[in-house]
Amino acid sequence: MKEKSKNKRRKALIGKPYIIVSYLFFGMFLGMIGYMIYFKVCKSDTFANNLYNKRQNKYEKNIVRGSILASNGTVLARTDSDKEGKEFRVYPYNNLFAQVVGYCDHGSSGLEASENYTLRSSHVDILEKLQNNFWDKKNKGDNLVTSLDIRLQQAASNAIGYNRGAVIVMNTKTGKVLADVSKPDFNPNTIARNWELLNKEESGSPFLNRALQGQYPPGSTFKIVTSLAYLRKYGTFDNFFFNCSGKYTQGGYTIHCNENIAHRKENFADAFANSCNCAFSNIATQLLDKNSLESTANALHFNESFPIGLLSVKSFFALENSTADGLTMQTSIGQGNTLISPVHMAMIVGAVANGGRMMEPSFVKQVEVYNGTIVKQIAPKSLGQVMTPEEAYQLTELMKGVVQRGTATDDLSSFPYDIAGKTGTAEYGSKEKGTAHSWFVGFSNTGNSDIVVAVIVENGGDKSHPATLVARSIFETYFS
Amino acid sequence: MIKIIAEISKYLLLFLMIFFTLEIFIGLSQKNEDMRKNCMRKQMLFLLLFNFVAYFIMFLQTNDIVMLLLYVSVVFYVLLIHRMYCLFYKKASFILVNIMCMLLSIGFIIQIRLDVSTAIKQFIIVAGASVFSFIIPVFVKKVKLVKNLHFVYSILGLLLLTLVFLFAQVNGGGKLSINIGGISFQFSEFVKITFVFFIASMLQKVITFRQVFWVTVIAGIHMVILTMSKDLGAALIYFVAYIVMVYVATKQNIYALLGLSSISVTSIIACRLFAHVRSRIRIWKNPFFDYQNTGYQIAQALFGICSGSWFGTGLFAGSPNMIPLAKEDFTFAAICEEMGILFAICLILLCMCTYVLIVNIAIKIRENFYKLIAIGLSTEYAFQVFLTIGGTTNLIPMTGITLPLISYGGSSVMCTIMMFAIIQGLYLLKKDEDEELEEKGEKQTTSKQLKKKNDHSDRGKKALEREAENLERKIEKQTEKSFNW
Repeated sequence: MKEKSKNKRRKALIGKPYIIVSYLFFGMFLGMIGYMIYFKVCKSDTFANNLYNKRQNKYEKNIVRGSILASNGTVLARTDSDKEGKEFRVYPYNNLFAQVVGYCDHGSSGLEASENYTLRSSHVDILEKLQNNFWDKKNKGDNLVTSLDIRLQQAASNAIGYNRGAVIVMNTKTGKVLADVSKPDFNPNTIARNWELLNKEESGSPFLNRALQGQYPPGSTFKIVTSLAYLRKYGTFDNFFFNCSGKYTQGGYTIHCNENIAHRKENFADAFANSCNCAFSNIATQLLDKNSLESTANALHFNESFPIGLLSVKSFFALENSTADGLTMQTSIGQGNTLISPVHMAMIVGAVANGGRMMEPSFVKQVEVYNGTIVKQIAPKSLGQVMTPEEAYQLTELMKGVVQRGTATDDLSSFPYDIAGKTGTAEYGSKEKGTAHSWFVGFSNTGNSDIVVAVIVENGGDKSHPATLVARSIFETYFS
Repeated sequence: MIKIIAEISKYLLLFLMIFFTLEIFIGLSQKNEDMRKNCMRKQMLFLLLFNFVAYFIMFLQTNDIVMLLLYVSVVFYVLLIHRMYCLFYKKASFILVNIMCMLLSIGFIIQIRLDVSTAIKQFIIVAGASVFSFIIPVFVKKVKLVKNLHFVYSILGLLLLTLVFLFAQVNGGGKLSINIGGISFQFSEFVKITFVFFIASMLQKVITFRQVFWVTVIAGIHMVILTMSKDLGAALIYFVAYIVMVYVATKQNIYALLGLSSISVTSIIACRLFAHVRSRIRIWKNPFFDYQNTGYQIAQALFGICSGSWFGTGLFAGSPNMIPLAKEDFTFAAICEEMGILFAICLILLCMCTYVLIVNIAIKIRENFYKLIAIGLSTEYAFQVFLTIGGTTNLIPMTGITLPLISYGGSSVMCTIMMFAIIQGLYLLKKDEDEELEEKGEKQTTSKQLKKKNDHSDRGKKALEREAENLERKIEKQTEKSFNW
């Protein structure tokens, strides 16, 4: 009897493993559905905008490519059609926005390439869509409202003039890019006609957006990073003194100050304002270990690519324990093997201006339907707190000194607004005359909608003067 | 004008699919026989409307008269299958028949859209397989011999797999199919069925360690041959089915744990041994890692899914032909592109319903052998769906498996139809059992009335019986509830 009842019980429990297994597989199906939704919501935009995605071209048949607008709504690129209905792209400002807006003839570049999917999607309301479908009319693609400011772009472009170089201007708080100039440039309206000419070597790679893709030695602007490394190790700049004799020798290698000027006795702020190479070489070889400089650089996102929407390059920095003194000294003053893009320089200085928070540069303010209805707004994105607010404050004080009583005084001190900055001359190639780039990075410090500016003028000469002048005209335009 | 019709039909197709799926769910949860019949009638209606809209729009887009012919033949096929089941297997599960017809319809539509000539080939195979599989339910029901043929199953399975391994042409990195008289057979699909029958016949009665050991050895040989033929997807399906069946038959957690750990160990070994496994994993992590070569397929599939968005581009409005192998391994991406992600979600729900239906049979049927068959086949089905859909959407690394009943592939579709027929046989068996039980119950009540004076032990026994039955019923109810969420 007992055995029989046991059997019955066992029979009753026969279902248990079945139920476990079926729940597991049931969960698997639900997981698939959840993943599909997740994929659509979170991941599909990155795939849709991927450069390999050739499907975008198919949409052209049904959708008129949207326009690209400046932040105030002025058209920077639009699609017109001739009498036969053939469409062509028009760039009303010709060369001015050449690299940043880009082109979409003979391949594509700039925002035309990276926002291709956005421009070729249409969010017109469904009734209008049906109406258009009915009359076999094309739907109007969405408009891209950039953060670019025509006045600033024009000012920057004029200031660089016929020099080669690049300017990037960003809003300090949001990281929105207000101007992105790269010279030499090209006219996107006539690109098909001038294609071969533009691709010749003498034309100086006009398609390259130097502000994002240019790789330059940072020169003395790198002293911001060296100073930060020092500050992180010692907690204060107060205890530093140095006697500059115009040259500094360590490990058989000699560094000179610019034009061999001896700055004499100076504290840290003086050394920074004067851009004293000897003092910084002393810091790098005697007062800092190599790891601390490298970890500071890596914390500022050197050797990392950042997703800024447009094609950009990684900045390069390397310093090892085995690095010889000569190279260490050079590295500390921004020579050596270090390479940086203007936009990255602007991001670092932006972090200083923004209480230590580094903002991701972004070109797009919002996406709109042609009638102005907002489809989506692009919120500012932060790359994190790369230094403490206290560190940012200390560096700001150093950079103010550069304008008030240092290398940028001649060009900027008469300016009625509070400006902080750092100049640089970056030597490259052999040490002959005229082979140095001129740098200026800085920001306005009024406390209310400030801007960060990074300027490089290629072959600007042995002095930082040309870049500082470009920055001055940008500040003047912005605050007028 | 055509554009606007295409646009409307896109939404119409989606809504018909949603209604159909809803009706399937309602039908599954419905106890009342009349209500159920009502549900099935609606399902049939939606199924036919769905086909009508789809072929109508395909005809408008292509202006090809073949579309109309295909429409007529598909509708004829669907109606014929229904009629036949009505005539011969009145008690069969019509929900399962409807789901099968819907999945086949979706498959035909997307196949026709991708390539008409192969779609026609597929249709002929499906029709043939359906006719042939019509004898299977009665075979399963009547022939009791099938229970004790484990030798035959194992030898047949191993023989077929070995043949493929020895004689198959290398195709796309793996030896998968063998050519007989111009038709290529992918035996690993057929062996899926014999494999389940083999394990079920081995483990149906009292289970000793020796039996489990032998099952493990034979199953292991199956998987080793498949791995050597580089058919890793199939090997994985076999493996999972084996683990589930052994676990369910022995009811011992230790086997499940052992199985799961051995699956992870073997996958690590496979990763070390095979270069193509490593490359699959690499492109799974980043589809653009090797875009020009190995990553191209999955990247195109993902582009397709993205461009389809929630509602799809509409039939003949997308470009699913840009996806390599869209007819076979990446059908799901093609469906997502032209019919939309919402449609694809409904499709997953339909597959889930199929699984639930089969598992329900596995739980309810009495005899252990049939229980095991049902759970084995359902596991294979569900896991195959998971591997393809997960693979095409980059949830898991791509394994190169077809979507049952939808993807192009004669052997695959043939075997799935056979599998569905076997399930119908099991369903009929279950129905018979139910009726028997009911009769018994009636007898018992009458006997109860006759013998009013029972001794205590008898009553105790009855109480126990009742308790056991209650427990069983509770479990059934719970699972059903969860399935009908």
